[in-house]
Amino acid sequence: MDRILEVVIAKYNYWIYIVLMMIGLYGVIAKNNLVKKIVGMSIFQTAIILFFISMGMKKGATIPIIIHGQEASVMASDYINPLPHVLMLTAIVVAVSTLGVALALAVKIHKEFDTLEEDEILEKIRKS
Amino acid sequence: MRILGILVCVATGAMLIWASGEFPPWGDPNSPASLHVSPRYIEKTMEETSVPNAVTSVLADYRGYDTMFETTVIFAAGVSCFMLLRLFSGRERSSHHYRHILTGLTLRVRRKGKQLPELEEFEPMDSLWTPYDLILRTLCRFLIPFIQLFALYVIAHGHHSPGGGFQGGVILGASMILLAISQDMRSALRRIRERTLAIFSVAGVAIYAGTGALCLILGSNFLDYAALSRIFPVDPVGARSLGIFLVEVGVGIAVMATMIVIYHNLASEGFLDEGL
Repeated sequence: MDRILEVVIAKYNYWIYIVLMMIGLYGVIAKNNLVKKIVGMSIFQTAIILFFISMGMKKGATIPIIIHGQEASVMASDYINPLPHVLMLTAIVVAVSTLGVALALAVKIHKEFDTLEEDEILEKIRKS
Repeated sequence: MRILGILVCVATGAMLIWASGEFPPWGDPNSPASLHVSPRYIEKTMEETSVPNAVTSVLADYRGYDTMFETTVIFAAGVSCFMLLRLFSGRERSSHHYRHILTGLTLRVRRKGKQLPELEEFEPMDSLWTPYDLILRTLCRFLIPFIQLFALYVIAHGHHSPGGGFQGGVILGASMILLAISQDMRSALRRIRERTLAIFSVAGVAIYAGTGALCLILGSNFLDYAALSRIFPVDPVGARSLGIFLVEVGVGIAVMATMIVIYHNLASEGFLDEGL
């Protein structure tokens, strides 16, 4: 029992991201509405961002800003890994921009076909 | 389709959960991700760049190329939103709404083309007009300057506290979007015009690339800010800090302008006169 609990405590963060990621993947592949697909894509991106941030975590460490007065003796184990934070910082803003482009495309499609349902759009394309 | 999707997701999820057994436990200080390059970043950031915030120094100095092209991606996203949605002259809305200020009478003018110039008694209004909420408008008027001040603080203080160009730029953009939501798009566009936004988003990327090119002209590598010590009265380590600040300002301007451009074009479907 204790061993199972140990595994759960050590790994449950990964399981949360996997569940989130699969919710996003389901939204992208199974939903019919384009806006719902975009929402699924955003959830997927959020899962990746959380995954990266958790990879940078170190137990007993603080945020990666060198404490004033301690510049002489910096121990890497006292500060969490800054690299995932940097990557995800840019990824969040890029995610917002790609979301904007995706929504712009959805607006364009809605203007053209008067619907955002994928099967109706395909039917209209076949007819024309 | 739905059952197939659930099956695919459950199968992929089960495989990933199975694979997570090989991953390092959460918060493990000896996980592979924390062992290779990141200790060097943490230990050398004060010595090499004199920036205590390791995230900022990695973002703008050690990984400067990456961030430059991330900024370019954001700029490209703004441009593609503009190209997809913006409608130019000759394709304006077919009718406009005006409101007589004294009586509250509403007029609908069926006339293609630009909106009529503003008259003294009539004000242009949105077709989905709602009465102004005094509390909301006043509160937003009070809040927006403080939000902008905070955004400038976040950009400028990114060396010593969590913050930087991306975060500050997004907060600045959000303050202008709040203005557009709480009042209307016309008054937001009167504060910061479309042309200004376009110039800003180009200028932000140009400041970033220009800082890199300046280092090149001064005889060192692209984005090697230590070269800036030849024209600014600082030592090479301080010059790195200064170069990071210049770059962050560029990122902030580009991100702010792009966020506002995306919002304006999405909310008004490219007409840029009313929306939300």
